[in-house]
Amino acid sequence: MAIIDLVINRRLSLAALPPDWPGNNYWWHWLFFTIVLIAFVLVMVMGAIYIERRAMGRMQSRLGPNRTGPFGLLQPVADAVKVMLKENIVPDNADKIVHWLAPVIAFAPVLMIFAVVPFQNGALLADLNIGILYIVAISSISTVGVFMAGWSSGNKYSLLGAMRNVAAVVSYEIPLVLSIVGVVLVAGSMSLNTIVLKQDIPFILLQPLGFLIFFAAACAEINRSPFDLMEADSEIVAGFHTEYSGMKFAMFYLVEYAEAIAMSAIITTIFLGGWRGPLLPPWLWFIVKTFIVFFVMVWTRTTLPRVRIDQLMALAWKFLFPLALINLFVTAVQVLVWPDALPWTAVYINIAIMIILIFLWSRFFKLGWGRVEI
Amino acid sequence: MKFERYGIGILKGMTVTIRHLFRHPTVNQYPEQRLNVSRRLRGNELIWNRERCTGCATCAKACPQGAIELVTATNLKDNKYDVTTYRVDTGYCIQCGLCVEACPYNALFMGYSYERAKYRRGDVVQTNDELLESAERPASGYYHPEIAEKLPRQTLLVERITEKRKRK
Amino acid sequence: MTTTQEMTLNTEPFVVNIGPVHPSTHGVFRMRCKLDGEVVIDIEPVFGYLHRGIEKLAEERTYTGFIPLTDRLDYISPMSNNLGYCLAVEKLAGIKVPERAEYIRVIMAELQRLANHCVAVGSMLNDAGAYFTPFMYTFRERERIIDLFDMVCGQRLTYNYMRIGGVSQDIPAEFLPALEKVVKRLTKFLKEYERLLKQNEILLARAKGVGILSKELAINCGISGPVARASGIKWDLRKADPYSIYDRFEFDIPTGENGDCYDRYRVRIEEMTQSLRIIEQASKQIPGGPIKADLPHIIYPPAGEVYAHIEAPKGELGFYIVSDNSIAPYRCHVRPTSLINLAALRQMVKGWKIADLILIFGSIDITMGEVDR
Repeated sequence: MAIIDLVINRRLSLAALPPDWPGNNYWWHWLFFTIVLIAFVLVMVMGAIYIERRAMGRMQSRLGPNRTGPFGLLQPVADAVKVMLKENIVPDNADKIVHWLAPVIAFAPVLMIFAVVPFQNGALLADLNIGILYIVAISSISTVGVFMAGWSSGNKYSLLGAMRNVAAVVSYEIPLVLSIVGVVLVAGSMSLNTIVLKQDIPFILLQPLGFLIFFAAACAEINRSPFDLMEADSEIVAGFHTEYSGMKFAMFYLVEYAEAIAMSAIITTIFLGGWRGPLLPPWLWFIVKTFIVFFVMVWTRTTLPRVRIDQLMALAWKFLFPLALINLFVTAVQVLVWPDALPWTAVYINIAIMIILIFLWSRFFKLGWGRVEI
Repeated sequence: MKFERYGIGILKGMTVTIRHLFRHPTVNQYPEQRLNVSRRLRGNELIWNRERCTGCATCAKACPQGAIELVTATNLKDNKYDVTTYRVDTGYCIQCGLCVEACPYNALFMGYSYERAKYRRGDVVQTNDELLESAERPASGYYHPEIAEKLPRQTLLVERITEKRKRK
Repeated sequence: MTTTQEMTLNTEPFVVNIGPVHPSTHGVFRMRCKLDGEVVIDIEPVFGYLHRGIEKLAEERTYTGFIPLTDRLDYISPMSNNLGYCLAVEKLAGIKVPERAEYIRVIMAELQRLANHCVAVGSMLNDAGAYFTPFMYTFRERERIIDLFDMVCGQRLTYNYMRIGGVSQDIPAEFLPALEKVVKRLTKFLKEYERLLKQNEILLARAKGVGILSKELAINCGISGPVARASGIKWDLRKADPYSIYDRFEFDIPTGENGDCYDRYRVRIEEMTQSLRIIEQASKQIPGGPIKADLPHIIYPPAGEVYAHIEAPKGELGFYIVSDNSIAPYRCHVRPTSLINLAALRQMVKGWKIADLILIFGSIDITMGEVDR
C-alpha cells in the first residue's frame, strides 16, 4: 500500500490528469499503472477473500480461517499456493483449446475495468471520456469466458451453469446500464474522474433508486448471492467450473472476487463519492469504501437464500427494468427542468419517489411462473 | 416472488446476521482449547481389570460385534479360571458399552481418552496388558457412577456462553 | 399454469444424474432427472448405496445387542429409533417399564425431535441456497442438545441409551438444571430464527406454493410425520395412538394448509416449540425410582409377532418383530420413515425447476441410513 501511495503522490506532482497519447510521459504512465493495477487487483482480491471468510465466519458464529499468519491473514496466500500445486485435470470429452482459453478470457476483462477507475484525482490509467461505456462493454466480456468454460467442460452441470449465467447477464445488463445513465445525466459526464469530481453530495443520495437497482443488477451480473445461480452449489455442484482444477480453477476463483471488487469499486466511484472524503488520503478512502460495499455483498450472501432462475429473470424484466426506466425519466426531468434546483431538495424528492415506487411495485408485482404442466 | 413486505423481511434477517458479527463465536479451537468431555464418555478403548476378571466371558457374549476374544485356562492350584488372553479388536468395536453393562464383576470400563488413532491395523487389536488402566488410559464413568464422580465436570455449551456474558 | 410448448421453443430433454455424490442429496441418494432446460420432466430415484442389511443383522444378535444397530438406522435421531425398538420388544415380552424411565424416555425422544428438526430445517434452508448461515445456527443449537445426550449416555451420535425395560443408566444430577438452561436457550433461539427467515421474501418466493403435496396423495402414499402434517393431515401417533406416557402431556399438533415446502418448514419450527412444551412438563413431573425393569441381560420373549410404532421426528417409525422364543428375533422389519416419505417425491417435483427439486427433496428430510437400511 505504501508503494501505491508513493506512486500516486509522484503522479500527482506531475499533472492533475493523466497525459494524453502521444505525450512525453505516456508510456511511463502506462507501464506504471499497469503494474500497479495488477498488484492492486491481486492484493485487493486477497483482502476480499480474507474479509469474506472472516466476516462470514463471525456472522455464522464461527471463527473463520485464523491459522496461517497473524489472524489468518495469509490464508489467501496459502490457498493460492495450494491451488497452484494441484493437478490440472482436463476431462476426456472436453474441448481442450476452449477449456484452456476460458479462464484467460474470463480474467482479462476484469483487470481492464480498473483502467478507468480513479484512485485519486487524476490517478487512473486512462481518463476515458466514455469511461462508463467502456466499463459496461468490458464487464460483460468475461461472460464469454464463463460460457466457454461451461460449454467446453463437457459436463451437464457446467452447461446449465453457463446457460444460467448468460441469461442472467443479458437480462441484468439493461437495468444496470439504465441506472448508470441516471448518474451520467446528473453528473453531465461519462468520465469516471469527472463523475467523482461532481459528487459534492454522494450520488447515492441523489439517485437512491438508481443505487438500489445498480446494486441488485451488479450482484446478479457478478453472480453474488442471492443471485449466485450459476455456481449454485446445492443445485448444480459448482456450475461452470465443476470440471476445473489447479491453476485454471484459481483463475476462476480470482475472477469471481476480482469482479466483486471491480463492481464494488464502480459503485464506490459513481455512487459513494469515490476517493473523496475528509482526513484520510484519497486512495485510502477509495479502498475503504470499496471494502464497505464488498462487505455489504458478503452480508447479503450470508443472509439470503438463492432465487430461482425464472424469478431472477422476472426480477430483472418486471421489477428492475421498469423502475430503472422511471428513474431515468424522473432524473431527466429534474436535470432539464430544474437544473439549478438545490441539490438537497432533489435528494428529498428522489428518496420519496424511491419509496413510493418500491411500494407500488411491491404491490402489483408477481414473478415466477411457478409450476409448468408437462 | 412477491415483495409482500416491501423487503422488510429481508432487512430483518440481515439484522440477525449483523448482530452475530459482534457476538462471541461458539466454536473452540480443538487441539489447543479442550473442553471437558462427558464423565460417561464411551471413549476409544476398553479398560480391563485383570484382578477382578474371572473369565466368565459375559462381555464377549454381550458384544454385538463379537470383538472380544477370551481364552481361559484352569488354574487347579487356586481353584479358578486364569485368563490367558483377553483380546479386543477395537477396529470392530462400536463403543456401545454393552460389555461394560454386562460385566457382573465390574472388571470392564469404557476408556475416558479419545485420541487413539493408530497408524497400523495391527495396533488396533489389543491384548492383555495393553488393556490395563494407566495414566494415559483412564477409565470412564460409563455405568460406574463412583468413577464418574471423580472425573471433571463436563463443559456444556449453554453454560459456557452465559459465563462469557457474565464476565462482561 | 402454462405449458412449456406455449412459452418456449421445442426443446429436447436431457438426463442429469443428481447424486449419489452431490452436495445436497443428504447422503448417497441418486436421482436420474430428465430435464427440459431447467424444468424437471421426470425423476427416477435410485437408492441402495448405503444398504448394510440391518434387518438381517438383527436376526443374529440378541434382543439387547440389536439396540446399538438401531442407532445406525436414522443416524440423525438415534434416540427415537432406540425407543421404537425397545417399545416393540417390551410389547412382545409384556414388560412393564418403570415410571422414571418412561419420563426419561419422553424427555430424550423430544430432545431428539428438536435436534432432528434443527438438522432438517437447517439443511433444507441450505438447499434453498442460504449460504450455511441458517445451517450453522441450527447446528449450534443442536450442539447444545447433543451435549445433554453426551452427558447422559457418553456418546454424541450413536447414543444406545434405551434398554429393553427402561434406560441404561440414570440421568446424572446435573442433567435437569442443564436441561432447563437448554430449553430456555432454545426458546430464545427459535424467536431469533423466526426473525432471520420467517418473512424473508426470497424464502417465501422459493418455498411458498412449491412442491405441493395434496392431502389425498399423502394419505395414499402412506406419508407421515411433519410432511403429512404440513399437508393438513392431523395425524400424530403421540395423540392418535399414545405410546409410552404421551397421554399425560399437553401439546398441540401443528398442521399446515397447503402442503408446500414453506408449510413443511413452518410445521417443523412449530413442532420444536411443542417439543419444548412437553420437555418442560416432563422435567417438572419426573418422579424418582428405578430406571430399569428387573430383567436378565438376555431375554427370551414368547413366540409371536408384534408391531409397535412411534412418532419419530421424521414420521411413523415402526418395528415389526417375529419371535420364536429364542435369543434373537426370528425376523425384524423396520418401517422406515424416510423411505416411505420419499414415495411421493416424483409426483411432487414434476414440472418444477431443478432448483425446486433440490428444495422439495430437502424439505422431505430423509436420512439415507434409514432409506437403505
